[in-house]
Amino acid sequence: MSGGCAAPEQGAPLTDAGDQVVVQGTVSAQGTPVGGAFVRLLDGSGEFTAEVVSSPRGDFRFFAAPGSWTVRALHRSGSGQAEVSASGPGVHTVEVAVSA
Amino acid sequence: MSRENVLVSAAWSEENLQTPGVVFVEVDEDTSAYDGGHIPGAVRIDWKNELQDPVRRDFVDRSGFEALLSEKGISNDDTVVLYGGNNNWFAAYAYWYFKLYGHDAVKLLDGGRKKWELDGRPLDAEQVTRPATEFKAQEQDLSIRAFRDEVVDAIGAKNLVDVRSPDEFSGKLLAPAHLPQEAAQRGGHIPSAINVPWSKAANEDGTFKSDEELARIYADAGLDGARSTIAYCRIGERSSHTWFALHELLGHSDVKNYDGSWTEYGSLVGVPVETGTGKES
Repeated sequence: MSGGCAAPEQGAPLTDAGDQVVVQGTVSAQGTPVGGAFVRLLDGSGEFTAEVVSSPRGDFRFFAAPGSWTVRALHRSGSGQAEVSASGPGVHTVEVAVSA
Repeated sequence: MSRENVLVSAAWSEENLQTPGVVFVEVDEDTSAYDGGHIPGAVRIDWKNELQDPVRRDFVDRSGFEALLSEKGISNDDTVVLYGGNNNWFAAYAYWYFKLYGHDAVKLLDGGRKKWELDGRPLDAEQVTRPATEFKAQEQDLSIRAFRDEVVDAIGAKNLVDVRSPDEFSGKLLAPAHLPQEAAQRGGHIPSAINVPWSKAANEDGTFKSDEELARIYADAGLDGARSTIAYCRIGERSSHTWFALHELLGHSDVKNYDGSWTEYGSLVGVPVETGTGKES
């Protein structure tokens, strides 16, 4: 069992999600990956579900459930969000651009 | 309890980095965050390796807490300012520990690491050492800690506040969505619990909402101000955040944190479990 609820380091993208519903992607600003952004997963009603910090290469990853999700990123340089629909187990990729 | 006694702003903190008698402490599960850069002069406490018993599922005991704080260079006379990542979840957990062991001069840095970083305030990677002290802890203050039997007895009798996300509350997920799904044997929540996700208490930048907003959120969710309250989550750290909002900010008198939380309750044999949205706000 994982030790806690804290966000694990955001590593390289998963290619095989097994039976997990994975929502992952990168945060960028003007096409350049942004590390250290606070990335939150909001459910279909806009409710906060989870938050991670993007890796130096801008990567983030959530283990979600099937449904519609919003991924919202907050960074010193600005904010942005994107929608993703996760139909079932597998990797669902979404890119988020932040701007002031 | 007033807000100034328990919370400090990032601006105040930056002005008081050198103030004698004020010790900044970063509490994270991800200790690489501290190594990569921390508030100048801050020491680190690792919630798992330093605050938990390495064998039993319980906290470090009183003497262990004394040894830990003594080694960190924190004395009984110091004011401790706690901050961390994840919207201060683990900093709030540590805050509750400090109160549990009787250290009253403890405050949370409002917004934690996130607010500090979003503000662009200084971080450095200097190694911090403080001279050892002889910290003395009190016996645990069990008026703020709930155990499982008390939680079962509280069904329908006290406010039970489940602060996990709606999908964890309903039983759809067993852990927060940034972690692989593993944990308790059963999904769901304690019957009669209301669901007020911890995040309702925080702004997007990690700071706590105003007292007026907090009071409205819990009242609207059906929290009965005349009753005692027990807060829980999955392992007790998000519920420390809510315990802080209810007990320290709003001043509710009888609020306990159930640190066993869903990983314990959801694996107990024979206790009632409810699934679905229940009385969800």
